[in-house]
Amino acid sequence: MDASSFSALVFGTSVVAGLLGALTGLGGGVVIVPVLALLFKVDIRYAIGASLVSVIATSSGAAAAYVREGLSNVRIGMFLEVATTLGALLGAYLTARVSSHWIAIIFGAVLLYSAYSSYRQKGDHPIAITLNPLAERLQLCGSYPTDSGETTYSAQHVPMGFGIMFGAGTLSGLLGIGSGAVKVLAMDQAMKLPFKVSTTTSNFMIGVTAAASAGIYLARGYIDPGLAMPVMLGVLGGSMIGSRILVKAKVSTLKIVFVWVIAALGAEMIFSGLTGRI
Amino acid sequence: MAELTDKQMEIEIGHMLRTGVSLSAFVVFAGGILYLRSRSNTPDYSHFHAASESLRTIAGVLHGVARFDAASIIQLGILLLIATPVVRVVLCVAGFSRQRNRLYMGVSALVLAILTYSLLAGGR
Repeated sequence: MDASSFSALVFGTSVVAGLLGALTGLGGGVVIVPVLALLFKVDIRYAIGASLVSVIATSSGAAAAYVREGLSNVRIGMFLEVATTLGALLGAYLTARVSSHWIAIIFGAVLLYSAYSSYRQKGDHPIAITLNPLAERLQLCGSYPTDSGETTYSAQHVPMGFGIMFGAGTLSGLLGIGSGAVKVLAMDQAMKLPFKVSTTTSNFMIGVTAAASAGIYLARGYIDPGLAMPVMLGVLGGSMIGSRILVKAKVSTLKIVFVWVIAALGAEMIFSGLTGRI
Repeated sequence: MAELTDKQMEIEIGHMLRTGVSLSAFVVFAGGILYLRSRSNTPDYSHFHAASESLRTIAGVLHGVARFDAASIIQLGILLLIATPVVRVVLCVAGFSRQRNRLYMGVSALVLAILTYSLLAGGR
């Protein structure tokens, strides 16, 4: 295939991946890596390199829109970025040590978990207002606008949240994804932060986390310009369209369809890893 | 100077992030056009052989850009993109120092140190 048609095909696929990633809130990275590896037969290291670049682009691009709503928490984000960036360094080192079969299998498991968490996504749990002494000392609290005015919140289970964030960073560095689903798990489930605060703060953190492994990916030669170019531009464009649609339309049916697509990709990645095709 | 609220700080950062992404997307796009005009066949991506040495270091990329090499121009755009979140953390260090929040000046400086380590010592 000549370079122009290959780039056009990858670009088109990336637009769809970015669009669906934005609509489900899972991000384009989790879709583009399996598609590049399974459909385009791209080596998984090139695929995660290109995906990581697109992850930085979408996270940074979306952040400008989120901050206006006043939902993300810059202190909680920065505190947890200590954990995610350290994890990302570990993950990026591991990609060179772990065989691509294992990367595919772990990737598949993360896809299945992401599909499950997106499927199960529900409204807010009661917000913890009881002050946690550690959270107070670390200033991990804030307020956000709700229907009944400004509501204050304070983080709970800080060490557990920090630990899960380290894991999220490791997965991000190992697989070249934003691992938004795991970040939201840490903030929403463990630290009991309001769901909207968790998702927007997570989006803010993804870019910094990915930048920590990007330096290592670049030095290792995982980021190939010919592949990263259409993937980055495509995913960025797709996710911009996606976030516009999200504001206007209800997407519940599409979301369920897409959750099944993610689950199928996850199963296929695990199968390919086990049978040695990746 | 008036007290800087978290919200104002985040809005400033949000603008910077958007500018960084737009700039990098523009450079990648420009490099991409040149790349596709100069290349006829797709490189083999099915086997990993790592991007060429000159595309793996900041100095190498800058040298390539000076030679007007298309792949290096794309890589420059990607470097700009990687730098965007790093600048964000720098802005946070500055913002927290304006708020006189010592604890978070320290936390954001630590994150900045980790990022710098990755970019400078990465892969060694």
